[in-house]
Amino acid sequence: MPQSLNYLNESPSQTAGPYVHIGCTPNFSGINGLYREDPGSIMLNEKTLGDRISIRGGVYDGMGVPLKDALVEIWQADAAGLYASAEETRGQSDPNFSGWGRSPGDMESGEFVFETIRPGPVPYPDGRIQAPHITFWIVARGINTGLHTRLYFDDEQAANAQDPILSRIEQRQRLDTLIAKSESSGVYRFDIHLQGPEETVFFDM
Amino acid sequence: MTDTSRPRGGYIQRDRGWHPPAYHPGYKTSVTRSPQKALLSLPTTLSEETGPVFSQSIIGPRDNDLLHNHAADGESAIGSRILVYGQVRDQSGRGLPATLVEVWQANAGGRYRHQKETYLAPLDPNFGGCGRCLTDAQGYYEFRSVLPGPYPWPNGVNDWRPSHIHFSLFGEAFAQRLITQMYFEGDPLIWKCPIVNTIPSRQAIEDLIAPLDLNASIPMDTLAYRFDITLRGRRQTYFENRPEGL
Repeated sequence: MPQSLNYLNESPSQTAGPYVHIGCTPNFSGINGLYREDPGSIMLNEKTLGDRISIRGGVYDGMGVPLKDALVEIWQADAAGLYASAEETRGQSDPNFSGWGRSPGDMESGEFVFETIRPGPVPYPDGRIQAPHITFWIVARGINTGLHTRLYFDDEQAANAQDPILSRIEQRQRLDTLIAKSESSGVYRFDIHLQGPEETVFFDM
Repeated sequence: MTDTSRPRGGYIQRDRGWHPPAYHPGYKTSVTRSPQKALLSLPTTLSEETGPVFSQSIIGPRDNDLLHNHAADGESAIGSRILVYGQVRDQSGRGLPATLVEVWQANAGGRYRHQKETYLAPLDPNFGGCGRCLTDAQGYYEFRSVLPGPYPWPNGVNDWRPSHIHFSLFGEAFAQRLITQMYFEGDPLIWKCPIVNTIPSRQAIEDLIAPLDLNASIPMDTLAYRFDITLRGRRQTYFENRPEGL
């Protein structure tokens, strides 16, 4: 027998279930007094650098029905393209920006809203520059493994055209599923379709 | 010479045959919530190799004590008292320090504190069902709670969830983000559960079953279960393929 590599298996995923909001956004669920605020509910403050933007949208199932029990998280760079992470080695990110947001969606409509800033560009491993983007992670009842996608901006056409990841999408008509639409100044809409003809491109990264 | 004590390469690709497939008709809600097109597989970039940092300052002293964090003064939640502990590590076996662990669960009767919950078992006024902690320098976490009860759910006409605790994990990078569930050794409902059975192999299911750990139990007080969690690991090498000149 050769030597063993001794890698461990990743713990298998399980659905977040219908009560994910109890654990991840307890105040939203009406369980008050435990946490001062729901984690990820505030990403910035008045000193945060960069252009303020709002991102809103819904998560839709294969029948076009909006989910009301999803949890959506985002992760993004600051205005300079730096991440607020211990793993960031290129410099100090904006101390007034967390980069991470979490939304339980609206109680009635299920729509998520993130009040954040426009992210700066981040390099790809080979040194090329990625278009400004925001990582999305979606969990819910009926989703067995969290779904990973990215938001790009419709007013970054030149950067999007050069983006090393967007260029890898073979069916070009699907590219549109990753582009947030500017609705008014600083307000973008980004709908996520889990299934069907408009199915969002999801990543295995 | 660079520090080789910890891997710095991209994250190891997730083994999609080990995790549950998105579409699993035995779990009915997955039918219309499962992507049908192939995922786009790409190596991780900085956007996935970084992740949020959580400060100990956000964690309250009772956040990992579900027996008391929603209880009136001098009271505690009803049920079998349990302690759950374990290590969060990556696929190389390296403990992941200061990473956020969030948990939620039903009460001892199998009832969640949620407005959409319809099970007839009663709420426990002293039990919220939610907690969190940061792992220590070696990646260990622990929390105290009550043994959650099994409960019926609308899928088949007579499907029951085994006793379980939901876990949300971050690790050091967003590529490691994971939500899973912990089950309890010896529970006969585990093998009958349509959600458990979305996982393809028995070996993978067993990775989610926490054994009773009498050695860690507190005599005359609390039973302990150990639940280790493995998040994605990184490749060991710095070397990356890149075109000449970049």
